[in-house]
Amino acid sequence: MGHIETLPGGWSVEYHYAMGPTGVKFFTALKEEAKITAPKCPKCGLVMLPPRSFCERCFVEADQWVEVGAEGTIQSFTIVPVKFESLPDPPYAVAYVLLDGAGTAMVNFVKNLDLTDIREAARKLAIGNRVRVVFEKERKGTIQDFHYELI
Amino acid sequence: MRQRSAIVGVGQTPYRSHQNFTIPELSQQAAFQALEMAGMTMDDIDAIVYSMGPSQFLGVNEPDKWCVDAIGGRHKSFMRIHTGGATGASAAQAGFYHVASGLFNTVLVVGADKVRECKDSQQVLNTIWDPFYERQFGLTTITMAAFQAVRHMYLYGTTEEQMALVAVRSWENALSNPVAHLKGKISVDDVMKSLYYCWPIKKYDTCPSSAGGAAVVIASEEIVRKSGRKPAWIRGCSEFANTVFLGDQMGGMAQVDFADSDILAMAAAEAYRQAGIREPAREIRVAEMYAPFTLCELPMVEALGFCRKGGSGRLNEEGFFNRDGRVAVNPSGGTLCTNAIAVAALARICDGCCRSWVWRRRGCRSRMTAMPCARARGDRSSFTPS
Repeated sequence: MGHIETLPGGWSVEYHYAMGPTGVKFFTALKEEAKITAPKCPKCGLVMLPPRSFCERCFVEADQWVEVGAEGTIQSFTIVPVKFESLPDPPYAVAYVLLDGAGTAMVNFVKNLDLTDIREAARKLAIGNRVRVVFEKERKGTIQDFHYELI
Repeated sequence: MRQRSAIVGVGQTPYRSHQNFTIPELSQQAAFQALEMAGMTMDDIDAIVYSMGPSQFLGVNEPDKWCVDAIGGRHKSFMRIHTGGATGASAAQAGFYHVASGLFNTVLVVGADKVRECKDSQQVLNTIWDPFYERQFGLTTITMAAFQAVRHMYLYGTTEEQMALVAVRSWENALSNPVAHLKGKISVDDVMKSLYYCWPIKKYDTCPSSAGGAAVVIASEEIVRKSGRKPAWIRGCSEFANTVFLGDQMGGMAQVDFADSDILAMAAAEAYRQAGIREPAREIRVAEMYAPFTLCELPMVEALGFCRKGGSGRLNEEGFFNRDGRVAVNPSGGTLCTNAIAVAALARICDGCCRSWVWRRRGCRSRMTAMPCARARGDRSSFTPS
């Protein structure tokens, strides 16, 4: 008699996520004009990235859009040297960056950084260090149309 | 509150990487244990709260339906609670509300998980992040812990070695916990030399993916008095949610700092108010908390008022949080040694109650409070002094 203990199985479901008008506006400016734009709350002045249609503090529509700076300051980061299923191939570095003019930080890859020595790379990515936004030449209208690089 | 309520029975299966039982079977094993301790049978239970996190770990959708019969839910009030890592605490909170409201006199809170039956739990956890702006960057719960660690290190000078000490203490504590998944004597050096998963989080800074079940029985004061069983009274319970965007919690116009567990501090303040606790570090002897990574524990003990912000790393070195220290933190080994996600926070409540009962049996006279708490994505926090 065979030794029966487990049954293999899996889920595979595809989605098409609607971005909403705010997302469409953000990604259109990113793709067409290579600009990072963000909605600003008319009441408290909070410039929100990732963009949101309403100020989540004042509950008023955030319909004034501003362009934020192409540089910013690292607020936190990590470096991933191991492979996780279906996630990007290691090593990769990601950082939350407060872009100049924004009120909240946004995450993206930090590229063009040698990650061979993880401790050394971590020192370079320290909180407070400056990065610039680098736009891809061929943009598809996704958040990966840009990344950060250390200045 | 219509009536006082107490936990009168707890149950946990042993936890390990794999279990050759189904989820209904594991749930039932935990339920039977809790009922036995409470001196009850399924017939004595008015309502059931099923503690179940993301279905994708199991690959069975709506697993609560799968378990209705096994845990005595047929033809009874039955609901599933799911709040991510906080699930088990939220389920107990729902059970507490069931009884405190006066709607029910006996509630069984039960659940089980087998996180490792899916190939990679982090593949599932990555889908917590929104698909447009964050998910594409390989974010996981490990990177989330790393982002917090980096800020805690930056603001307070916390070191990787101080984080490592949390693992050393937790693993040693787990040696006396018969159901703990990981346990043993490890050194700071072992932790420091272990593989980086997401800098500065290393293998030993990280919880395991565990399989197992947990349950508690919550009863009204009337039932407790009749049963003659030793109760763990629920004296306070509170939880708050926070923004899902981590970037809203660092620099700029942030209202709280992601380095800290300020939302837990808010929940704690409310629960302390309910319980009449004024000086947590003097009045609370043990804290069981949902800290799946070493670093998470440090801002949490600060948020719970055991020390000032940034002070936990040093106190941890001095043994303040050891079993024989001022406040025993995770004397069970905690979530760092055992993480069956759907019931990890419920396990904290089981372990907190057991610790409280053991001390009472030893005749300790001082006022003792065991306090489980939980925390998950979005900094949702809940806890229940008992």
